[in-house]
Amino acid sequence: METSAQPLISIKDLKVHFPLSGGSLFRRSRQVVKAVDGVSLDIYPGETLGLVGESGCGKSTLGRAILRLTEPTSGQILFHGNDLAHLSNSAMREQRRHLQIIFQDPYASLNPRMTVSQIIGEPLDTFQLARGQAKKERVQELMEMVGLSARFLKRYPHEFSGGQRQRIGIARELAVDNAFIVADEPISALDVSIQAQIMNLLDRLRRQKNLTYLFISHDLRAIRHVSDRVAVMYLGRIVELADGKTIYKNPLMPYTKALISAVPVPDPKVEAGRRRIVLEGDVPSPINPPRGCRFHTRCPYACEVCREIEPQLVQIKPNHFAACIRISPEEPDIERVAPGAAPGLHAQAASSTA
Amino acid sequence: MTAISNGKLLSVKDLRTYFETEDGTVKAVDGISFELKQGETLGIVGESGSGKSVANLSLMRLIPDPPGKIVSGSITFDGRDVLKLTPREVRDIRGKRIAMIFQDPMTSLNPFLRISKQLMEVTQLHLGHNREQAREHAIRMLETVGIPDARERVDSYPHEFSGGMRQRVMIAMALSCQPELLIADEPTTALDVTIQAQILELIKRLKAETEASVILITHDLGVVAGMTDRIIVMYAGKVFEQAATTELFERPGNPYTRGLLRSVPDPTDEQGHLYQIPGLPPDLARLPPGCPFAPRCDRAEELCRREFPPYVELTPGHYSLCHFASEVFAESADQV
Repeated sequence: METSAQPLISIKDLKVHFPLSGGSLFRRSRQVVKAVDGVSLDIYPGETLGLVGESGCGKSTLGRAILRLTEPTSGQILFHGNDLAHLSNSAMREQRRHLQIIFQDPYASLNPRMTVSQIIGEPLDTFQLARGQAKKERVQELMEMVGLSARFLKRYPHEFSGGQRQRIGIARELAVDNAFIVADEPISALDVSIQAQIMNLLDRLRRQKNLTYLFISHDLRAIRHVSDRVAVMYLGRIVELADGKTIYKNPLMPYTKALISAVPVPDPKVEAGRRRIVLEGDVPSPINPPRGCRFHTRCPYACEVCREIEPQLVQIKPNHFAACIRISPEEPDIERVAPGAAPGLHAQAASSTA
Repeated sequence: MTAISNGKLLSVKDLRTYFETEDGTVKAVDGISFELKQGETLGIVGESGSGKSVANLSLMRLIPDPPGKIVSGSITFDGRDVLKLTPREVRDIRGKRIAMIFQDPMTSLNPFLRISKQLMEVTQLHLGHNREQAREHAIRMLETVGIPDARERVDSYPHEFSGGMRQRVMIAMALSCQPELLIADEPTTALDVTIQAQILELIKRLKAETEASVILITHDLGVVAGMTDRIIVMYAGKVFEQAATTELFERPGNPYTRGLLRSVPDPTDEQGHLYQIPGLPPDLARLPPGCPFAPRCDRAEELCRREFPPYVELTPGHYSLCHFASEVFAESADQV
């Protein structure tokens, strides 16, 4: 990805916090779930940015917050010169025709009482893009584009399989000229053979219609396949960012290393010879995330300083960013860093003044 | 283990489980046969609707009747036909000699009962433990599956545990009576990757320690690659291919298996266009007359649409349900 190009979407220090009501009537506890906690990210036109992380890491919340389906607590989302985070509702509605989302559950995201032609045609009405015969033709064209026969126009969602429903959902998003689509786990609910179909479809449409995707998934194999660049999230923060191949072959941050080593490879020979980093314990709660580096409670390389200092995402290698104070541009390989040393502190300080 | 089993713990022959529905008879499992040796791990792979879960529920006689019915076949476990046992005898086997873990640990644990109570029930019923013994055993099992502070946490309720921890509790419960066979139905599908790795390592370790045989049912070819000795690939209620794990991955002899393997992105490879199997899995109530995979198969010919394919033995123990099994097998060898 050309870093010199202008980003389509530029996210700056985005936070999404959810207050929890709890405690007793007289002693309200003021707990806050920090689902997204200071994310900065640029998404370039025409790219697929993969966002990967385990459940509860905040990846879906981030995707929804970019589209203002969840209200951001603070930060900026710059899109075509507007800050989406602070637009009025009517101004936001104007932008929505360029911003779409594909949901995980193709069963829950389609209205069961609407026919396929009504579902796909709805955005055409909403944004007053086509009427009458023109609308009918457009709907048919969209159905063909996603590989559905126009014979199905009058059918209802329950008459379709999961993969076909996901195609209907995608056709609906394409009804308007999208610049940017958030695909939130679009293939997780589908069978293996259908997953491949949908991934290929999304890729073809991206090239044909010059779309930009934020592809959210917990499936590293799918992410690696569809994405140009990959961002790894852990407890509300992005901990590593690089192009897909690099992040897979040469991850720097210990969490990414563990995540990638945990992915089963469909090859018995590779599996037999693999050294797997098995992390201890579960992901801590985002209500009270650990101080310092949020990963230090499970990190095999954590040292004293990691408990204190919250690492920033800094460039360790060209276009390869990681949030870990134990590595630095001079010594990117954590295996070779002396125990307890934190060579990245220096780089951290430099990035915070920048 | 009794002597008559000559190393075979389980032998399934021509099992057919049908469901009567409004749409007609759904042949969820239609004439499958396989064997499981003592200490072996068998993977059953298939997409949704392939019959892999129904096959496994049939083994435990857990098919709801009506609408379901095991219409024919035999399931020989340790020398006895499970289908001919009385309900009482089945109950004695279930949970004691054959144990199961399911995909969703939240729905298979009782949310109203403490973990301790649920674990103790198993050994009180099957091993005749008194309360004291059962409780000690429960704590020991939780320690075995890696629950920290097991003694303090044994009286927790399921909702106080995370998904990975609940799955550990399920495994503890399943292994309480040292079963000879553990059936794990998508045990890690609901879990995150790093937790999946923990659970798979745990199953591997416990299997080595207890010498139990394992049937691992999954849709994830990556999971079976690292865990199993042999694999059965199911499609439309039938066994499409059966082979030793390495051979199946290296030299698939069935177009469906080959397509399935190629449609999983391999993260270690350079990426290009991903192979896709076209079309949709068949409607089990309206199967085409010939090979059920023919409408989606890149190798299908007229014959495939007309006649049901033969079950061909390619090498000892490697079977493929295909008119062109030998050709496909030879092609796969060329590609290596």
